[in-house]
Amino acid sequence: MQAKHNGATRFATAGLTQIVLAGYTLLALFPIALIIINSLKSRAGIFDDPLALPNSETFSLIGFEKVLHSSHFTLYFGNSLIVTITSLVLILLFGAMAAWALAEYRFKGSRILALFFAFGIMVPIRLGTVSILKLMVSLQLVNTLTALVLVYVAQGLPLAIMILSEFMQQIPKELKEAARCDGVGEFKIFFQVVLPLIRPAVATVAVFTMVPIWNDLWFPLILAPGDDTKTVTLGVQQFIGQYVTNWNAVLASLTLAVLPVLIMYVFFSRQLIRGITAGAVK
Amino acid sequence: MKRTFPWHIAVFLAPAFVIYAVFSAFPLIDTLRLSFFTTSDSGAQSWAGLLNYHTLLGDPNWSEGFWNAMRNNVKFFLIHMCIQNPLGLLLAALMSTKGVKFAKAYQTAIFLPTLLSVVIIGFIWQLILSPLWGVSEKMLGWVHLQDFFAPWLGQEETALYTLSLMSVWQFVGIPMMLIYAALIAIPDEIIEAAYVEGASAWRIFWTIRVPLILPTLGLTTILTFVGNFNAFDLIYSVKGALAGPNFSTDILGTYFYRAFFGYQSQIGSPTMGAAVATMMFLVILGGVAVYFYFIQRKLQRFSF
Repeated sequence: MQAKHNGATRFATAGLTQIVLAGYTLLALFPIALIIINSLKSRAGIFDDPLALPNSETFSLIGFEKVLHSSHFTLYFGNSLIVTITSLVLILLFGAMAAWALAEYRFKGSRILALFFAFGIMVPIRLGTVSILKLMVSLQLVNTLTALVLVYVAQGLPLAIMILSEFMQQIPKELKEAARCDGVGEFKIFFQVVLPLIRPAVATVAVFTMVPIWNDLWFPLILAPGDDTKTVTLGVQQFIGQYVTNWNAVLASLTLAVLPVLIMYVFFSRQLIRGITAGAVK
Repeated sequence: MKRTFPWHIAVFLAPAFVIYAVFSAFPLIDTLRLSFFTTSDSGAQSWAGLLNYHTLLGDPNWSEGFWNAMRNNVKFFLIHMCIQNPLGLLLAALMSTKGVKFAKAYQTAIFLPTLLSVVIIGFIWQLILSPLWGVSEKMLGWVHLQDFFAPWLGQEETALYTLSLMSVWQFVGIPMMLIYAALIAIPDEIIEAAYVEGASAWRIFWTIRVPLILPTLGLTTILTFVGNFNAFDLIYSVKGALAGPNFSTDILGTYFYRAFFGYQSQIGSPTMGAAVATMMFLVILGGVAVYFYFIQRKLQRFSF
């Protein structure tokens, strides 16, 4: 190595890199930590010293009691879970089927069809909200979870089809040909040969589709604002609007909304990040 | 030989096609169509030609709000372009440097806010910036900047910038990840060859690595553009549908919501809502078209 890359400079560069990265990491985590810490304190504790950890004097779960008593938090949580998981399963199944048709078979109009689906990646489905609401009213689906699932499946399909068909093109020809020579039907090939092979791509698609669905405020607000069909995001938004001055309750409801995502992330962050990086390189 | 109709292809395509066509493509086209109709007080809709657009762009009651929302949205986008994406590039560049310790841990932590709902992030920052709680003021006091503190979210001049920075804070993980993935995909030999030639790390970054990841930078630009001109949740949860103070944080998403559902004395109108949505559609389509026809094409010419 040259003289200008001597040990001292390299050490200084590495140090500076660490300072910048650690500093920004602190900035990214601090607000979330602050909310969780203060949700475990009494009102006095929250205001006297916001930056202190809860101690025997300031520890209190009064906020959580308030949230769980005066809102249907568990119901909202269940709604979000149902909507997200149902949408995800349908997106993956229908997306994989369509991706297979587009990647494997040559037929008239396949290019146009691929373009038709690709259009949905760039143009947000929200712009069609006026007609979606009209449609849901005429189908009598307003204030049902079905309405949300249908919209989210339509929203998630384009990207899922793109990523999955990219992946399916890499499946070795021999595998399919061998199956066809043995007289295996096209459906059997898809479900028994292709689907098991695309498992790694599923993680990527899951990340890109699940997070926006779980976090969405727009469609729950417009299509399913009823008390029985609220999702967690909408429920928290309205709960906080109602209890602005009750700091314990506000902090507790935010913590309850953050924790499930945080716990999931602790378990799946490695797969998730690998999925994003793999998907991005394509 | 006569070929039989390929039933299996139709069966594979049908579910995705039907759901996507009925709940995404059709509503979009139907919204464009509705923007040429008008709603009477009884709710009946009749053909009106370009009347809605005439109202939206010509009637001061509408056009002032519309152009205000458009201006704010452009500012919102520019702040993301000037801060979020360069910051993402910086973090990604530092993380992808050889031998950096804890790179994966930093990456995991910085990406976390992206996964949380915009609603949650909005409320969290609202609390932290609240003068009532005083956390920000206290922390600014540590560096003797407490006099600089102001209720940023409540002031007309600063509210939009504050909200934009909150959004930047949340979403910087996305450009960071995309750029990081592109940077580590660059073959090591290219970088090593440049080192041997005696190029400095700084020069290698700007003359070799950045040009090689231009397609990714283009992609982050268009993703930011579409996301920003479609934003709604953050402003709505922090500032409500009225996007106060005095509409200073109003963007196209909140303006669309008010046109559609009404507010205060103004009655909501699906057809005016459709007209606003169509304008947003044109803005987004314009951005996407620019991306594909100019940036994408040019970049490919450079990279081969």
